[in-house]
Order: sequence, then structure tokens, then C-alpha cells
Amino acid sequence: MHAAHAVVSGMGGMRTAGDLVARMQLNRGMRIDAAKQYVAEKLSVSVADLGDTVVMNDRREDLNIGCVNETPGVAKGIDAKFRIAQLLDLEINCVNMFQKNVGITNYKSF
Amino acid sequence: MTKVMMRMGDGELIETDEIEIREELEAGSRDASERGKIPSLDEDEIDYLLELYLRKDRVVGVEQGKECCLTYDNMTSKIKRAHIPISKIQQLLMFERGLGADTLELAHIDYSYKQCKHVVMYEIPNMEQAVLSTIAPILYGAMPNLGLYTVPDGPCPNPGDLLPKGKISEARQSYEEMVEYAIKDMVHVGSELYEKGGADGINFDTTAASGDAEFYAALKAVEILRGKYPEMGIEMGMSGEFILGMHGQIEYDGKRLAGLYPHEQVKLAKKAGVTIFGPAINVVSSESLPWNVARSITFTKACSEVSEIPVHANLGMGVGGIPLTVHPPLEALSRASKAHVEICKLDGL
Repeated sequence: MHAAHAVVSGMGGMRTAGDLVARMQLNRGMRIDAAKQYVAEKLSVSVADLGDTVVMNDRREDLNIGCVNETPGVAKGIDAKFRIAQLLDLEINCVNMFQKNVGITNYKSF
Repeated sequence: MTKVMMRMGDGELIETDEIEIREELEAGSRDASERGKIPSLDEDEIDYLLELYLRKDRVVGVEQGKECCLTYDNMTSKIKRAHIPISKIQQLLMFERGLGADTLELAHIDYSYKQCKHVVMYEIPNMEQAVLSTIAPILYGAMPNLGLYTVPDGPCPNPGDLLPKGKISEARQSYEEMVEYAIKDMVHVGSELYEKGGADGINFDTTAASGDAEFYAALKAVEILRGKYPEMGIEMGMSGEFILGMHGQIEYDGKRLAGLYPHEQVKLAKKAGVTIFGPAINVVSSESLPWNVARSITFTKACSEVSEIPVHANLGMGVGGIPLTVHPPLEALSRASKAHVEICKLDGL
């Protein structure tokens, strides 16, 4: 059922910019049009490009923010989220926690 | 008149025709409109739905550009329930990399905050590892599930036993006790997974299944978490379209909770600090699918129109016009999915 919804209505997650738009919804409470516009501007692509797997795969590789294929040297997890936090100008909780754990001093403290 | 195959709310196939489908669509929308005191679907929207149900396509999809974000409930139990023995972190990676998930959700198999409290020290390391290897935003989710706080599972007297004896004030007092326990558990689990696990957010799923007291408990827990963590993502998914007045007198922000419909629920959720709201419109299994879809869209559209936060409608088995059956038929699911997203201008599902 989840796969069906993803095909019928979903943005496609990491295959496109679905994860990035979802971050703006979840952590900023932005509605979909505003969230798409915000992400498109930050990625320097059009809103229509956000759902295009061809454009977004290239753009994600260029920005090194994670992609599905096992491209050597491309960010695979928390490293991608460091860049996403910077790119979207967004506090990402686990990125802050990671910085705290490795002793980077400018982490956001509770 | 050409015969058309259609399904009932329980998934049963029936033979019908265009006139009957239109009548069902209008009746379903009228039902929601009368109950919620909200506008019914207009002629163009009924025509859109009729055309959708007359099409012979096995699968339909939203127009390009109208794609929305997906959030999930109990994600890390889905693969396990299909008898595929892989870890929760592997399941998250499958959803992220194989199933096009926009968001992820770590969850305990016993999907209630009261039960999660006992295993939270084991859930934190799971979350810690998950955030290292995944990229999509990740929530920790569970249900408020006030029912677990009554005897024999919990410490409070069972209102279900008290009410038939006419002990109304005692039943209300029991609900108020349950609320206090539930708030503590939800805040504790949410804080631990956010602060120590690194989660992006917390999901309160199937909220208000036990009625107005449970809705109140969830709203108060959200309020406390929002105060502690201003950047936390908080999703609240509901259990049904109508807040049952099991207590009957509980208010939040001066508003009586019993009897609220989604377009009123979302305002209180926003006020408490929720960032994504999920209305849930129950399927009536003895009515047709067009009736159920039109009814669900009427409620959901009214909610989406007044909402200031993203709306992710619940479209699972038995809610949002998806048949109440273990394996929802693809043609039924895809029509409900497309119609909700496009007519209600949804932010997600």
C-alpha cells in the first residue's frame, strides 16, 4: 500500500527532492507550495524540477546531498545531512548531536 | 446504461452504473456536509470523481507537479508483518532507498507510548544508528492509546465498567487520571528520542481513539514538547473524523473537544505546536466506495482549506476512502489517493 501511494501521489523521496520538501514541512510547518518553492530556490532549480528524477539525481550528486545509486565517494548518511542543513539553512537535530559527540563546539545545546 | 464494476467499503465488487455512482458521490458528500456543517462538493468536483470512477485504468496518478510528501505510521512493523525478518534499521533503508519514502519512522512493534516507555533505552540506540545511515527526515512514532491506562492493563478504573453503573463523575475522574499518566509517557518518550536519539520529530498516531480525553492528552504533550524543543517536528494523525465525547466536558484553549470535526481539530493542533496534521475519515464498510471517497474528501477539503500547517490525510485500510480490507485493491487505492491530493490540495498523505 505504501509503495502504491508513493507511485500514485508521492514526490519520490531521495529519488527526487521529496525528503528535502518533507523536512521543510516537518520542521518549519511549511505548506507544500511554500516548501517546494523554498527548496527549489535553495537548490537553484525550478519547482517542476523537484519531482524530476533525472534532473534531481544530477543535482543531488553535484551538491553531494545523497542519492540512491551507489556512486563512489558520494555522501551516504549523516555526511549528506550536514550539507542539507547548510543548504536549506535548517537545524537538523542529529547533525547537531553528531557535532556535540565529536567535540565540535558550535553545536546547538538543549 | 453501461454497467460498471464498483466496490463497497469492505472491498466487495458490485455491478452498478453511471447514474448510481453519481447518486452515491452526492450522498456521501452530503453526509459529511450535514455532519460537519461544511460545504459539500460542487458540481465540477462530483464530475471529476465520476469521471475517475468510470475510467477503466487499473492505476491512476496525480498530475505532474501535484506530487506531495508521504509520512507513515508504524513504518518499522510493516516489513516485519510481511514475515521478512530484517532489522528496523534495514527496513528504514528499504523504505528510503527502495520504496521512495519522503520521510521515515522508527517504531516499536507495540505501537503505544505507554509500551514504548519500557523499551525507550533500546529505542534510543536504534534511532542513534538510524540517523547516521539515513538521509530522509526521521520520526519516532506511537499512539497515545489511553485505553492502556485502565485496569487490568493500567492503574485507572475502567470507564467502560463505571458508565453502565451510572458512575459518570467517577468515569470522568478516571479519564482525567489517565490523561496525566499519558502526558508523562508521551513527553518522556518524545524527549528521549529527540534529545538522545537525534530524531527529527515525533508522530502521535491514531490520536483520540479513546475520545476527547485522549485528544486533550496528546495536545498537552505536544504543547510541552514544543516548549522544550522549538525546532522539533511534530505530526499528529487522528483516528477518526469525529472526537468522541467519552468524557464530554474536556476543553482545550477554551474549546470543548467532544464533537469536533477535522476542520476544527487542525486549529487546536496548530495552536498546541503540531507541524503536520493528519485527518482520518473512517470508511463505512456497508456503503459504496464512491460514497466513502466523496464523504472523506468533503471533510478533508474543509480541513485543508482552513489549515495553516501541512495536512497529510490518512489513507490507509479503512480510512480516507481506502477499502477496509487487508490488501486494498490497487484501482481503489490509486483513485482515492489521486482524488484526495488533487481536490483537497493536500501537502501529503
